[in-house]
Amino acid sequence: IGEAVNDTEIDIKDKGVRPLSLAGHVGFDSLPDQLVNKSICQGFCFNILCIGETGIGKSTLMDTLFNTNFENFESSHFEPQVKLRAQTYDLQESNVRLRLTVVNTVGFGDQMNKQESYQPVVDYIDRQFESYLQEELKIKRSLHNYHDSRVHACLYFISPSGHSLKSLDLVTMKKLDSKVNIIPVIAKADTISKSELHKFKIKIMSELVSNGVQIYQFPLDDETVAKVNTTMNGHLPFAVVGSTEEVSVGNKMVKARQYPWGVVQVENENHCDFVKLREMLICVNMEDLREQTHTRHYELYRRCKLEEMGFKDTDPECKPVSLQQTYEAKRQEFLVELQKREDEMRQMFVQRVKEKEAELKEAERELQSRFEHLKRIHADEKATLEEKKRLLDEDQSSFSKRRAAAQLLQAQSLTANGKKDKDRKK
Amino acid sequence: MLSPPTTCYLLLLQAHRSQRGFFEFPNHGSPQAKGDKTNGSDFGYVGIDAILEQMRRKAMKQGFEFNIMVVGQSGLGKSTLMNTLFKSKVSRKSVQPNPEERIPKTIEIKSISHDIEEKGVRMKLTVIDTPGFGDQINNENCWQPIMKFINDQYEAYLQEEINIDRKKRIPDSRVHCCIYFIPPTGHCLRPLDVEFMRRLSKVVNIVPVIAKADTLTLEERDYFKQTIREELRANGIDVYPQKEFDEDAEDRMINDKIREMIPFAVVGSDQEYQVNGKRILGRKTKWGTIEVENIAHCEFAYLRDLLIRTHMQNIKDITGSIHYETYRVRRLNESNGHFTPHPSDHPLWRNLCNCYPMQMFWFFFFKLPTK
Repeated sequence: IGEAVNDTEIDIKDKGVRPLSLAGHVGFDSLPDQLVNKSICQGFCFNILCIGETGIGKSTLMDTLFNTNFENFESSHFEPQVKLRAQTYDLQESNVRLRLTVVNTVGFGDQMNKQESYQPVVDYIDRQFESYLQEELKIKRSLHNYHDSRVHACLYFISPSGHSLKSLDLVTMKKLDSKVNIIPVIAKADTISKSELHKFKIKIMSELVSNGVQIYQFPLDDETVAKVNTTMNGHLPFAVVGSTEEVSVGNKMVKARQYPWGVVQVENENHCDFVKLREMLICVNMEDLREQTHTRHYELYRRCKLEEMGFKDTDPECKPVSLQQTYEAKRQEFLVELQKREDEMRQMFVQRVKEKEAELKEAERELQSRFEHLKRIHADEKATLEEKKRLLDEDQSSFSKRRAAAQLLQAQSLTANGKKDKDRKK
Repeated sequence: MLSPPTTCYLLLLQAHRSQRGFFEFPNHGSPQAKGDKTNGSDFGYVGIDAILEQMRRKAMKQGFEFNIMVVGQSGLGKSTLMNTLFKSKVSRKSVQPNPEERIPKTIEIKSISHDIEEKGVRMKLTVIDTPGFGDQINNENCWQPIMKFINDQYEAYLQEEINIDRKKRIPDSRVHCCIYFIPPTGHCLRPLDVEFMRRLSKVVNIVPVIAKADTLTLEERDYFKQTIREELRANGIDVYPQKEFDEDAEDRMINDKIREMIPFAVVGSDQEYQVNGKRILGRKTKWGTIEVENIAHCEFAYLRDLLIRTHMQNIKDITGSIHYETYRVRRLNESNGHFTPHPSDHPLWRNLCNCYPMQMFWFFFFKLPTK
C-alpha cells in the first residue's frame, strides 16, 4: 500500500490533539524504563532459522555467536528428505533472560532431487504463524504468556564457491522472502581470498536483485543507528567463520581456526565479518527483527489465511459497515444458508426414503414371485401325488375285489366238496 | 518430523559490563575493548542485553498513549487535579473556549487529547471528563453512560483487532485508569460511591481519591481512609492495584504498601506561591499555604508517583491483558450464544467443527465467508 506516514508513530496531526508544554517535571519520562523493566521480568524470545547444506557450519556459527556449546548432532548426508530440528535454550546475560530457539535444517541440499527441498522449511514457518494465529483467535487466550515460536531471523548459508548462487539457493530464498527476514551469509569464508570475496558478494547481491529476492534490510529510520545500518547493508552478505576453539595470538586467547599457514581469528574484522553479523543480528537489530516478523510477515500470513477462508472486511460496495449491521446481515445470511441446507438435507432424506422404499418394494415383489413359483411347484407335486394315490387306491380296490371274488370261489368250492363227501357217505 | 524443542540448561554468559551503564549503547569498537578481564579471553560478551536499549529506542520513537478518566460530582476539583498532575492545562475546562459553569442535565462524556513531551518521551494523553455525574436528583444508573463509554472503547479496539487488514498499531482509546473523587465528608462512602465503584472496578482500573482533602485534619483523614478501606473490602470492591494481579513477591510488597494508603487524600492547585524562597504549587489561605507536593500536607505526590512515575505501564498492562480480555471473552461468547438451536445439536455445526476449530466459531459471526 506504501503509505508515506509511518503509522507506528502516534499521529500528532490527529484532529483534537494539541501539543502542550509542561510547566514542570511530571515524571512520565520514566515510561521507557517502566516498559523495559516489565520486559526484563517477562524475558525475551528469539528464534533463528539456519538454512544450509549439511556440514556448512550452521551449528558452529550458532555456538560462536552465542558463546556456548549447544547440543549438536552431526547429521548424515543420507537424509531422504529435508527435516528441521528445533532446540530451545534459556540464556542469560546480566539481567536479560533470552529464550532462544535455534532451528536447523537437516539434510538440506543432500538429495538428488531438490525440487521440494524448500517445502519443509516453508511449512515449518507457516506452522509457527498458524499456531500464533490460533492463539490469537481463541476466545480465552493468553498472548502474554505465549511462547512465541515464530521465526524472527533466517540465516541462509551460501556455499563459498566463489562464483555465484546455486539455483537451490535462489529458489529457496524466493519462496521465503515474504515469510521471514532473510539474512544471507557466506559460510566458511576462510576458503575465499579477499579479492574473490569482494567479487562474490557483488555477484550474489546482483543475482538476488535480478531475481527479485527481498532480503532483510537493516532499518534506516532511526537516526541513532541509521548510519551503522547503512554501512552494514553494504557489506551483505556477511562472510563468516565460526569457531569455538581458542588459539593463543599474541598474549591473548582468541576464537580462531588454526591452519599451518596462519590463524583465522573469528573476531578480527579484517579476517571475516563475524563481528558485523553479531552486531547487526543481536546488538542493534534484534528488536527490529522481531517487530518486522510480527507486523509484516505475520500480518501477511494472517491476512492471506483469513482471506483464503473467505472473510472480508467491507461489503462489496467497499463501504465500512457498522458491526451491528454486519452482524445482523451476516446472521440473516447464515440463517438463510442454514435453512437452505436444512431443506436440501430434508429433500435428500425424502429422496433416499423413496429410493429405499422402491428397493424394498422390488425385493418384496421378487419374494412374492418366488413364493408363487414355489407354490406352483408344490401344487404340481401335490397333483402328481394325488394322481398316484388315486391309481394306488384303484389298484387296491380292484385287488380287494379280486380277493373277495377269489375267496368266494374258494368258499364255494369248499362247500361243493363238502356236499360231495356227504353224499358219498350215504 | 520435528523433534520436540528441548529446553536446555540455563546458561550464564560472562558479562564484562564493568564499564557500561545499564542502558548504555554498546560501543562499536574492536572486540578487545571490553572492560577488565580476569583471564584475558574474549569469550563473554554476546550482546543480548543490548535488546533493552533497542526496546527503549523503539518506545521513544513510537511514543506512548495514556487515557485517564475522572469521575466525581461537580466542584470536587477534578479539573484542577488533572492540571496539577500533568503540570499543564489538560482539563476540559481549560480547553473549552467559553467555560460554561452549568451542570448538565445528563451525564456527558467529554474526551480531550493532548500531545505532551518530556525529555524526549512523547505521550498522547487523553483526559475523559464526566460532567453531570452524581449531580442529578435521581442518580440511579448514573454509571451506565460511563460503563457504556468504557465498553465502547473496548469494542472499537476489538473491531480493529479482528479486521483482516488491520493497522500496524491499533489506536488505543481504552480507558486505562479511572480516578474516582470521594467528597471529603469524613464519615464513610455514600451509596452512590459504593455502587459506582462496585460496578466499574470490574471493567476498569479504579483509583479512588479523597478530594479537597484540605478540609480534613490528619486524624479525620486517617479515620476516613480506614472506613473507606473497610467498606471497599466489605463490598468486595477491588481497586487498583488489585491484589490478584500482583506478579511476584516483590510486586506484592510494593503494592501492599500502596493498598494501605489508598484512597489518597489529595489537594490540587495550578497556582504557584513563594514558600521558604521556593516557588511551589499550593493553595493560599489565611491560616497558611497548603503545599500540594509536600507529603506532610497531602498525598498528591504519592498519587502522582503511582499514576505516572512507577505504575503507569502496569496500569496499561492490566487494562490490556485483563480488563480488555475479559470484555472480549464476554463479547465473543455472546455472539456464539445467538446461535439457536444449541450449537452441538445442529448437524451443520458438527460439520463446521470438522473444518475449523470450535473456538473459532465466533469469528464466523463477525466475518462470515462470502461465497
